[in-house]
Amino acid sequence: MTRNRTLHWIAVHATAVAAALFFVLPFVFVFLTSVMSDDQAMSGRLWPHTWKWSNYATVFRTPGFLDWWKNSLLYAGLGTLFTVCSSLPVAYALAKFRFRGRRPAMMLVIATMMLPPQVVVVPMYLVWAQQLHLAGSLWPLIVPMAFGDAYSIFLLRQFLLTIPKEYLESARMDGCGEVRTLLRIVVPMARPGLAAVALFQFFFCWNDYFGPQIYAAQNPGAWTLSYGLESFKSAHNVDWNLTMAATLLVMAPVVVVFFFAQKAFVEGVTLTGVKG
Amino acid sequence: MAPGTAPAALRRRRTRERLRTLGFLSPWLAGFTVFFGYPLVATVYFSFMHYNQIQAPAFVGLRNWKYVLQQMPLFGPALWNTLWLVVVMVALRVAFGIGIGLLVTRVKTGAGFFRTAFYLPYLAPPVAATVVFVFLLNPGTGPVNEALSAVGIDAPNWFNDPDWAKPSLVLLSLWGIGDLMVVFMAALLDVPKEQYEAAELDGAGAFARFRYVTWPSITPIVMFAVVTGVVQTMQYYTQALVAGKLASGVTVGPGSVIQPGYPDHSTLTVPQLVYSLGFQNFNTGAACVLSLVLFAVAMAVTSLLMRRSAGLLTAED
Repeated sequence: MTRNRTLHWIAVHATAVAAALFFVLPFVFVFLTSVMSDDQAMSGRLWPHTWKWSNYATVFRTPGFLDWWKNSLLYAGLGTLFTVCSSLPVAYALAKFRFRGRRPAMMLVIATMMLPPQVVVVPMYLVWAQQLHLAGSLWPLIVPMAFGDAYSIFLLRQFLLTIPKEYLESARMDGCGEVRTLLRIVVPMARPGLAAVALFQFFFCWNDYFGPQIYAAQNPGAWTLSYGLESFKSAHNVDWNLTMAATLLVMAPVVVVFFFAQKAFVEGVTLTGVKG
Repeated sequence: MAPGTAPAALRRRRTRERLRTLGFLSPWLAGFTVFFGYPLVATVYFSFMHYNQIQAPAFVGLRNWKYVLQQMPLFGPALWNTLWLVVVMVALRVAFGIGIGLLVTRVKTGAGFFRTAFYLPYLAPPVAATVVFVFLLNPGTGPVNEALSAVGIDAPNWFNDPDWAKPSLVLLSLWGIGDLMVVFMAALLDVPKEQYEAAELDGAGAFARFRYVTWPSITPIVMFAVVTGVVQTMQYYTQALVAGKLASGVTVGPGSVIQPGYPDHSTLTVPQLVYSLGFQNFNTGAACVLSLVLFAVAMAVTSLLMRRSAGLLTAED
């Protein structure tokens, strides 16, 4: 039995190490290439013979790169703020009010969440470009987030369902209106849920490629990091070292945010799964 | 209180409650109408129009529909690629997700390290992850082919070979398995331990334990993962587009007009074709027809989701 246990332990951990190599090695190769000299990056060598840290400085000095950072932060920052503020009351109503049409409303939220963004993009673009003259900026992406986001509404509602009714009832007994109940009682209790939704939305905006491609493509001054990275690769076609340094700089904020907010993140992912 | 006034007071309270509900829902009601309702109606309208975004739209009846469904040469490949990805990518992602989930729940030493290592690639922004894989798999200097040729394996051309481009995208999607890993991990930890012990006492082997204990208890989560996977894969856009563009080596900025789906339309998906028709060819009518086809398929899958995975809606609803 013990011998069996040991063999089992070895088999499990050997598999885990092999899997870890699959997940981690790409990062290692990217990092090693990012500090190679130009000549070496064009060869097939795997280990840098000189460590050229100045590649990172070169990337930062690339015209536009700092603007892409600024734009990504603007899009992700404002987008997250708008989404959380506008989705919370909707999620609260769907979770805690009883009214006719609640079930269809919920189904409509889920349906919108599932729809490919490409379905309505053509007429929407025409409105922003021809009527509002805002193509070439990120506003057509940021403004709609002030009007609730289906995915965030869904996640927040799942979370708000777990708040016991008694808390809300006692707040109402104390004469709190619904708005005050939401701000004073619900928001503090829903902090983990709000954090998860904020994180997801921040990552969505940071990672978004389709949106900036539609609305910001015409104006390089409005590009985000995710969008600009592709043009960076195209401009430095064979300079894999610079491209890899830029790629790591695009990934870095997401990874840093993740390590600071790991708990909220995992909670959010499990919330998306089915419960019960 | 006179008996006659009670219903009036009650009615006033009802009205107030209804207005309150409406107030709380208003951001989404407005957003849904303006950013979804309107463009959907407009998409239907434009699907019957000839409109190049310069001259005024002109009614052409079913011509756009006939063009997209019967004549457009890229419709077939795009539909086939999206279908291929929906079947292969979703199936392999779910299988791999269960495998990694099982592995992670069994690891005793360094569990935290493995969990983080397996999860991390999921966080990589899609464009960045795609750039990484185009680099790793590039036939010229890519480390993967260097390693394969060092051990004498004749390596494929990955993103540069029409037969290998989609499998390469699948590989990329398996690298980002972190989301499914967490979902399946939670599901696997919920399987009652006593059932495993009972099965072991009955002499069930590892496979039998999976088949008769694990599988029945995780089936709802598997269903959920399959349907959401199908929905996501129907939207598959960024990775396919970026991989195709970068592997083609065309040194032009984004937004430039290139034949989509390099190599040989093998990575052209339906959403890419919508973009290409609407924003590169300015064929608004055809783009809207294709949008509606995508919409119909997405709705069909979503209604399946609503029916099968009751977990999305609680019993209260």
